[in-house]
Amino acid sequence: MALKLPIYMDYHATTPCDPRVFETMAPYFTEIFGNAASRNHEFGWRGEEAVENGRKQVADLIGASSKEIVFTSGATESDNLAIKGVADMYYERGDHIITAVTEHKAVLDTCKKLEKRGFKVTYLPVASDGLISPDDVRNAITDKTILVSIMMANNEIGVIQPIAEIGKVCKERGVLFHTDATQAVGKIPFNVNELNVDLASFSAHKIYGPKGVGGLYVRRKNPRVMLVPMMDGGGHERGMRSGTLNVTGIVGLGKACEIAQAEMQDENTRVFGLKEKLRKGIMDEIPDVYINGHPEQRLPGNLNVSFAYVEGESLLMGINDIAVSSGSACTSASLEPSYVLKALGVGEELAHSSIRFGLGRFNTEEEVDYTIGRVNEAVNRLRDLSPLWEMVQEGIDLSTVQWAGE
Amino acid sequence: MAYSDKVIDHYNNPRNVGNLDKKDPNVGTGLVGAPECGDVMKLQIKINPETNVIEDAKFKTFGCGSAIASSSLATEWLKGRSVDQALDIKNTEIVKELNLPPVKIHCSVLAEDAIKAAVRDYQHKQTPAEQKAEEAVNA
Repeated sequence: MALKLPIYMDYHATTPCDPRVFETMAPYFTEIFGNAASRNHEFGWRGEEAVENGRKQVADLIGASSKEIVFTSGATESDNLAIKGVADMYYERGDHIITAVTEHKAVLDTCKKLEKRGFKVTYLPVASDGLISPDDVRNAITDKTILVSIMMANNEIGVIQPIAEIGKVCKERGVLFHTDATQAVGKIPFNVNELNVDLASFSAHKIYGPKGVGGLYVRRKNPRVMLVPMMDGGGHERGMRSGTLNVTGIVGLGKACEIAQAEMQDENTRVFGLKEKLRKGIMDEIPDVYINGHPEQRLPGNLNVSFAYVEGESLLMGINDIAVSSGSACTSASLEPSYVLKALGVGEELAHSSIRFGLGRFNTEEEVDYTIGRVNEAVNRLRDLSPLWEMVQEGIDLSTVQWAGE
Repeated sequence: MAYSDKVIDHYNNPRNVGNLDKKDPNVGTGLVGAPECGDVMKLQIKINPETNVIEDAKFKTFGCGSAIASSSLATEWLKGRSVDQALDIKNTEIVKELNLPPVKIHCSVLAEDAIKAAVRDYQHKQTPAEQKAEEAVNA
């Protein structure tokens, strides 16, 4: 099969809808359009049936019961609902929340907002491999702690946190535990009971489903978690999230979960193989390339590497027929390099030089071969252009140079 | 972000990449920026001491496409100019020529700084040794 350009290798940002998901959704746009809350006619019943089927597919994937799934517009909303919902429900019990510096902004900015309202938030550091120590969580818990929120898999570096251990600590101390599992659910095994999770956020578009739909797992037993809703209205989703259900989206999310459950094992073997091929193809050929985050404890499709002496955005330009992301400041609106890489203690110059490859379901061997060639060519070209590379070749230690600054 | 055609052209075909002998008394070298900031430019000019005209210019840049394009363009503009004319190059002209968006203006500023630093280095080399010592004392 001929190679089709551009190549998509940014599966942590979003994924294409799987054609099987899209086909399953199609009738729900036009024929089966009923409001799932319309209790008194056939159209409504069919909508409700579709929603409950989707709910079961989601619940089955994560080892939950259907009643524990609350549908939302996506993981950002789920993170907001989990954290603010717990804070508002349990504020009389305590005002302390624990999270980590490498969390997604949907968690960090929600926590910051709660700080403005008087809550106290501990932002745990991570080790240089990106991992959080369960002991740090244990030590941070006080008698005022009401919630711990730690993501399962990081969106930039793909590092998988020891969620089961952290969950155990929280359970022992009687603190609710939320995990932003957006990058994990549907990608790696995720079971709410094995992981001791009380709340978990996830999204359809990261697992080959549609954008605009996701969910929050809310534990109903041991303990029964209560949330103050953010959306008030018709009392949908057991009062936790009012608003007419996105039936079509939920059908897609459910189907995406069903496919993930059936194919995860084989898919992970294949995607991991492609990632390893890419990693070796790059790192065996180019010197001074560094992996960001734990080398093994990470998502099968994630490769986040820094190409020393080459700036990330210029590298993206050099491989412009391959869609990837960079932690370089120049690619962010804030002009700050990746806060995740900074938290790992990756030097700012290496953060500027980072590229995130996210491989997934539809990548092929040919695409990986092509990418290796393009990356190696671009890095060599840019290093020939780089005064830093030249200085290092001359034996100059860059850390001893007095930079003029800007 | 979409790049202008001119930025892409300079990125794909950078002009005057390379080095001049920094020990040559007629060569001025400017090294500006810092790796932590994501931009470092090295810009060199070779001046004919008889005419005071820039005969050659070379650059190497660590930075985004706009930084590479800004320094590449600067070397093009420098060749054939007098040292004084070189100092007249303004970052705003680079912004205009390359259609740089607001977030990339700092790349053009860095290129202007690199030109000034190279000229300063050249002028410093032309200053007699005694005067340099005196300046150092007064500094």
